[in-house]
Amino acid sequence: MSLESLQDLWLTYQSTVAFIGLNGLLALSVYTTLSCGQLSLAQAAFMAIGAYASAILTFHSGLPFAVNLAAATLLPALVAVPLGLPVLRLKGVFLAIATIGFGEVVRIFFVNLDYTNGALGLTAVPQRTSIWMIYAALSAALFVLWRIRGSRAGYALEAIREDEPAARTMGIHAARYKLAMLALGASFAGLAGALEAHYTYMVSPSTYSFTRVVDMLVYAVVGGTSVFYGPVVGATFLTALPEILREISARVGLAPGPLRLFVNGAVLLLVILFLPEGISSLPRRVRAWLRSRREAHAA
Amino acid sequence: MLLSLQGVRRTFGGLAAVDDASLEVGVGEVHGLIGPNGAGKTTLLNLISGLIPPTSGAIVLDGERIDGLPSHLIAARGVTRTYQNIRLFPALSASDNVLVGAHLKRSSPLWRRMIFLPSAAAEERAARQASLELLDRVGMSERASERASNLSYGEQRRVEIARALASSPRVMLLDEPTAGMNPGEVKAIADLIRGVARAGHSVLLVEHNVKLVMDVSDRITVLDFGKVIADGTPAEVARDPAVIAAYLGGEAAA
Repeated sequence: MSLESLQDLWLTYQSTVAFIGLNGLLALSVYTTLSCGQLSLAQAAFMAIGAYASAILTFHSGLPFAVNLAAATLLPALVAVPLGLPVLRLKGVFLAIATIGFGEVVRIFFVNLDYTNGALGLTAVPQRTSIWMIYAALSAALFVLWRIRGSRAGYALEAIREDEPAARTMGIHAARYKLAMLALGASFAGLAGALEAHYTYMVSPSTYSFTRVVDMLVYAVVGGTSVFYGPVVGATFLTALPEILREISARVGLAPGPLRLFVNGAVLLLVILFLPEGISSLPRRVRAWLRSRREAHAA
Repeated sequence: MLLSLQGVRRTFGGLAAVDDASLEVGVGEVHGLIGPNGAGKTTLLNLISGLIPPTSGAIVLDGERIDGLPSHLIAARGVTRTYQNIRLFPALSASDNVLVGAHLKRSSPLWRRMIFLPSAAAEERAARQASLELLDRVGMSERASERASNLSYGEQRRVEIARALASSPRVMLLDEPTAGMNPGEVKAIADLIRGVARAGHSVLLVEHNVKLVMDVSDRITVLDFGKVIADGTPAEVARDPAVIAAYLGGEAAA
C-alpha cells in the first residue's frame, strides 16, 4: 500500500474515527450511572448543555478552547446535582421515565430559545476539535473509571448496584454515591457534546433527542456493562458497522440503508440473547470454552 | 447500657408488629431475642438498624438517640447486622463482600488512588488482608475468592457474619445466624458469637435454636405478638410461666 492510498483511506474514514471516540465517551456516560444500578436517560440533555455552553462561549468570549471545554464539562455536572436530589429517590423504570422527561424539557427549552436560534440551532460553530482531543477525553474518562474500580468507592458502587438497602446498613451513603455518579456521567456527556459541536460546526436541538440516548444505551448494552471498557467496545463496533456494511452493499448491489437497520437490529437481538454480558465478555467466554474442552479431552 | 430500647412501637396499618418493647444490651453482652413466628423479632432488628423508622418510642445507643436516623448513619455509629434471608452481594466474591463491610473503617480518598500514591496501595493491601483474616475467623478462608452466589447456605451465613464484623461494630445484630446449618456448624457459630462478645462487641441475637440461645446468651428477652413477655437470665426465662405458655410449652413438657 502506498503512502497516498493510506492518506486516502484516512480522509475517507477520519470522521468515522472521530465518531467512534465521541460515541465511546457518550456510552461511558450512560455506563457511569449504570455502574451503581441507576438507569439515567438524561444524557442527551447533558450533552446539549455542554454543546450550547461551549458554542456560546466560543462565539461571545475570547477564552481559549480548553476553558470552554472545561465549562462544558462542569456545567452539566452542576445541573445534574439539583436534578439528582429528587429523581434519584426513584428506582428502575420510574427513574428512567423521570430522566426522559428532563431530557425532553431541556430539548424543548432550546427549541424555544431565540437567543440560540430556536429549532434551527447554532450554525457555523468554529471547528476547534481535533481527533486527538476526542481521544484524550475518552482516555481521561476511561482512566477515571479504571481507577474507581477496585477502590473503596468502587466497592461501594458495586454494593449499591447489588443490594442498596444492605449497602446502606454497611454505612454506605448510597444517595451521595448515586449523585456523584450521575454528575460524573453528566460531565462526560457534556464534554462529548462540546467536542461534537466543534467538530460538526453546528448545535441543533434535534441532535439531542431521545433516540440519541437510545443509541448510547445500545452501545453500552452491546459492548457490555460488566467491565468499564465494555461500552467503548460497543460504541466502536456499532459506529464502524455502517461503514463496513456500506462497502459490502456496494459490492453485492444492495441498498445500504435498509441493510444497516436490519443488521443493527439483528446485532442487538443476538447480543441480548446469546451474550448478555456484551461483546466485551467474548474473550472470557472463549477462554472458558477452550478450558472446558481441554478438560474434557484430558478426562 | 450500650443499647437501650424504650417503649418502641411500630405499626403496619392497624397492626402493631412491635408494641411498647423495651430492652437493654450491655457492653460485651450477648442478648438473646426469642419468640414464636411473627412475634416481631426481625421487625425489631429492622427498627434498630434503621431500615424502617419506629412509630413511637426511643432507641438509644450510648446515650444518643438513633431512632429515625437513616441506616448508613446508624451503621456509622457502630451498629451492623446480618439478615434472616441472607443479603450478601451475590456477584461479589466472599472477600469483596467483607471488604464492603469494612467501608466505614477504611479511609482512602480516591484522589490518592488516581495519582498512584503508594499509601493508597498500602491501604488496599491492608484492607484486603484484614478481610481475609476475618474470613479465616469464620472458617471461610479457603473460599475467599468464590462468588457469594456460589457458596452454600451455611457458608453464606458465615461470610455475612464476617461482613458485619468488618467495621468493628459496637453492636452486632444477628438474625437467625444458624438457620439451615448442621449441628457441627451451629457449634462453630456459638463459639464465634462468644468470642465476638469477649472481644467487646455486644451481640443482639435473634434465633430459633433455643438451645443455642440458652447456651450463649447472658440475658434473654422474649417477644410475643410484639410485646415483651419476659426478660432475664436464660435460667429465669426458662422458668417463667408466661414464656412456657407462649413459647417453650412444647420444650418444657418434653
